Parts: sequence; C-alpha cells; structure tokens
Amino acid sequence: MGADTSPKIVIVDESPIRAAILQEGLREAGYTDVVHISEMQSLLARIYALDPDIVVIDLENPSRDSLEQMFQVSRAVRRPIAMFVDQSDAASTQAAVDAGVSAYIVDGLKKERIKPILDLCVSRFNAFAKLQDELDRTKNALEERKVIDRAKGILMKLKGLTEEEAYVLMRSTAMREKKKIGEIAQSILTASELLK
Amino acid sequence: MTSQLHVGFIPLVDAAALIVAVDKGFTAAEGLDVTLVREVSWSNIRDKLNIGLFDAAHLLAPVAIASSLGIGHVKVPIAAPINLGINGNAITVSPALHAAIMAEIDGDRFDPMATARALARVVASRRKSGADPLTFAMTFPFSTHNYQLRFWMAAGGVDPDEDVRLVVLPPPFMAETLASGQIDAFCVGAPWNAIAVDRGVGHILHFVADILVRAAEKVLAVRQSWAERHPETVAALVRATQRGADFVEQNRAETARVLAQPEWIGVDAEVIRRSLDGRLKISPDGTIRECGRYLLIGREGAERPEPVQAAWLYAQMVRWGQTAVSPDALKTAMGVFRPDLYDAALGRGRATQSSLGPFAAFTGPVFDPADLAGYLRSFAIARR
Repeated sequence: MGADTSPKIVIVDESPIRAAILQEGLREAGYTDVVHISEMQSLLARIYALDPDIVVIDLENPSRDSLEQMFQVSRAVRRPIAMFVDQSDAASTQAAVDAGVSAYIVDGLKKERIKPILDLCVSRFNAFAKLQDELDRTKNALEERKVIDRAKGILMKLKGLTEEEAYVLMRSTAMREKKKIGEIAQSILTASELLK
Repeated sequence: MTSQLHVGFIPLVDAAALIVAVDKGFTAAEGLDVTLVREVSWSNIRDKLNIGLFDAAHLLAPVAIASSLGIGHVKVPIAAPINLGINGNAITVSPALHAAIMAEIDGDRFDPMATARALARVVASRRKSGADPLTFAMTFPFSTHNYQLRFWMAAGGVDPDEDVRLVVLPPPFMAETLASGQIDAFCVGAPWNAIAVDRGVGHILHFVADILVRAAEKVLAVRQSWAERHPETVAALVRATQRGADFVEQNRAETARVLAQPEWIGVDAEVIRRSLDGRLKISPDGTIRECGRYLLIGREGAERPEPVQAAWLYAQMVRWGQTAVSPDALKTAMGVFRPDLYDAALGRGRATQSSLGPFAAFTGPVFDPADLAGYLRSFAIARR
C-alpha cells in the first residue's frame, strides 16, 4: 500500500444496516477500498483472499476469536495486530469497546492514518446504536398506541362511553394509581381476555 | 458496604462455581453486588477485563498467562486467586474420522498413544491419496484445548502445524460445523462434546484427563493492580466462588437446573448433569464412559491455583513457538496463579499439588518447572 492510496478495509458485521452505515461513512471520508463480509462460514478464506490493511469487527460477533487465531499463526496473511495493543491511547480504546467495535491493523500502518478511521468507526457504531434505540422506542410507542385503542374500544362497549370519556377514564385511573396509561390499557385487555 | 462488580463469563459448564455463587446469593452474602455478563468471545472477555469494564472474569488459564506476559496482545498483569475448573475438555471426532482411527488402531482405544499413532497413519494415507489435510477446531490460540490437541497428536508423530489444519471456532458452532463436514474433529469444553454426540454427529475420542492428569482449565481472573487495591473484595469473591464450587459438587441436580437457564448456559439440564458427573455418552450408539477426573470444580483441591500448572501452560506456549523461553517469563507465568490469595481468603489447608502425585502427561517426562529446557528438549515435534 502506498502512502497516498486508500487502505483496504474489511468490515466483518452480521448486521447489514450497520455495515452499510459504516461503509457509507468511510466512503464519504475518502476511503474507497471497503469490503463488507456478512457470511461467517467462509470468513477466514475471504480475509485471506482480500489481504486487508484493516479489519473492523463488531464485538457481538463470536467469530472474533477465529480472527485472533488467524492473526496469531498465519503465515499466509500479513499479521494484523489488535487496535488495543497501543496502550498510549486508553480513551479511544474505551470508546471503541463502549461502541461495540474492534479493529485489527496490519503492522506498519502509521498511527495518524489509523486514528481517523477508528474514530469514524466508533462514531458510526454509536450512530447506529442510537438509531436502533429510536427505532425500538418508536416501535414500543406504536405498540402502546394499539393497546390503548383496543382498551378504549372495550370500555366504550362495556360502559357505553364515548371515545373521549373512555380515554379520560383510563388517564385518571393511571394518575390515581401512579401508573402509565399503557399499563392500565394492558390490564383492561388482560382482564377482558380472562372474563371472556 | 456493598461492592458493585461486573464479571464476564462464557456459557460453559466450568463457569458453574461463579454462576452458582451469584444465582444462590453467595456473592450477596459476602457483600458483593455482582452482575454477570455473558460474552461471545474470549477476545471480548480479555479486552473488557484489561480496560476495566470487567472487575473479574471466567477466563482461559493460558489467556491469563499470555496477558501477563504480553504475548500476542497488550501486557496486563493478571492474578488468578482461584481455579474455576480442572480438565473438562474432550476431543470429539466425526464418525468418518472415528472409523478411520479405529481401523488403524493397535491397542486400547482409550490409550491416547494408541489413538495418536492411529491418527498418524490416517494422516499419512490421506496424504498419499492426495486428500485434504484433516481440520481440527479448538477455541483460542491461548487455550488448553489448543495445547491438549497438539500434545496428543504430536505424541503419535503428527505435526500440528504441518500435517493438519488447526482452526478456531466459537464453542456453540462446533457441533454444526462438524456435521457440515467443514471440520473433522474438535477439542472443546462441556457441554459441547455431549451435544455433538447427542446430535449423532460426533464420537468423543478422549477426555483430556487421558492426556494430562490435571490441566488448569479456567481461572477466576482479576487485574493484578486491582487485586492489590481491593484485597478484601478479592477475598470475598474467592470465598463466594468457593461456596459455589462446594455447592456444585454437593448439589449436582440443582446446579444443572440452574446452569440450564437461558441467561446462563441455556442447554438441557440433563446434558449438563452428565458433564458434572463425568459420565458421558461417547458415541451416538449410546456407549457410556465414566471418568472421575473428567471435570473437577469443587473437589480434589481443584480450586487452589498451583503455580506448576501455570508453568506447564507456559511450557506449551514455548513448545509451539508462541513465545521464547526465558526464566523471567517462567517466573511471571507462575506468579499469575496465586495460592497465597486463595489461602488468605479461605484460611484452610486444602490439598496441594505435591499430595496429588507427580505432574505428568501420558507420555514424556514428569513435568518439572526447574528443568524447563530439559523438558522441552524431550519432544521430537516442536516449534521452539
């Protein structure tokens, strides 16, 4: 690899969305030689064939130990070393582990060239986690809306209330019992199931 | 005051003492608020212990030594105040390789020298016929599994780096990878050998107790600097773990039930029970083999970390070229195992290595750390 060419980066990640987010970030930053491997069955053979300068892997990936072995004994590939080997930069190591990402770097690659890549990986992994979190929250909110609507329907039918009155009843009960309206709605659904 | 601790573990039967200690409230009784964190790789455990995200961990004994020496990774001195397991691994082979070895065997099938020589003949005839080399899987470069496999096959004349392929696989993938034909054999801890046999995809060829009488398998690992700063917490953790180890031996049915829960190991309690009892189905046809030393957790002094065990593991690292031999490194390796911390916490005289007989494998000289060079010279196949 020459000093000006883009290092060859391999992303090992079973999450296609996260890998895409990372890949896009790297491309935007000018790293054009990026390959994503999602298939763990042929992981080692693919890495041998690609001979990358940097391997990025997510920490939820059980294949990380297989990578370590490959880098320990391999005579076929240049020996990449783990990013955590550099003890001088404890903060960025901590940041990477917190973000759930690890990287292996071929010996000889200059630190100032690696740092921006690792920082980018960390920030993209964190961005993905945030996105995932928001998605989960939206899903939960939608789920709760459905439960509340069904509970409203039951109250309207059983007690002859309008939609507005049913909602007010649930809300006031929730406030009185110091519970969330979703929880009250869920108990109405459960009770009506039991009483069927 | 309650200490909050994060402790990493891999779902394996030899994490039992630790899991039981938390599940049964032994850690809480010591004033420890322990959160056990299940991990998917030894690399994660090592890194999180190294940087302080974990206060302690269920760790491969050789990783504790490699970390302390800075071999293959960052140098972070580790202390092991208590063993979590002695032995417990087994070598499982595919039905095809099993048949090939049995066709070549000259001697008892539980004699590792006989199977290793038979393996050498299988390897030679495969080479002659132009077949691919056999592939053996194990769990980590710095693992007892790696050293046990190498020790065994090299005794029969098979060079583990030249004559076969050695790969690393996560334990839960072993059985299916064997079934798919991508590997021919593996060495892994409980319960994964039993699971391969149950699925009809493998035969257990050896318990590792056939190879070496006592191999330190997993330790409770803490950073040495942390142990120095928190001696009372270490002692409390050792006491709770010891209670866990005692519980495991006295209540195997309950232990198996606890470990079977999805948040711990998440496999059938009956399979776990077999590993605890050392009574394993070794063939899909239902053949049972019993061994009192299959896995030692809370008996025969297994819990007390003996420096000679660390020295043996260090010798294997040297034999296979993972590190160069040095008297200082040997001393550092032995210093990872801390019987002093164990004794300080428990204040009772448990069995020591010397009372358990010589430290010997099925072949080669009795291991003596004082003559490491002589020991290493005795092996024909080595990378040193």
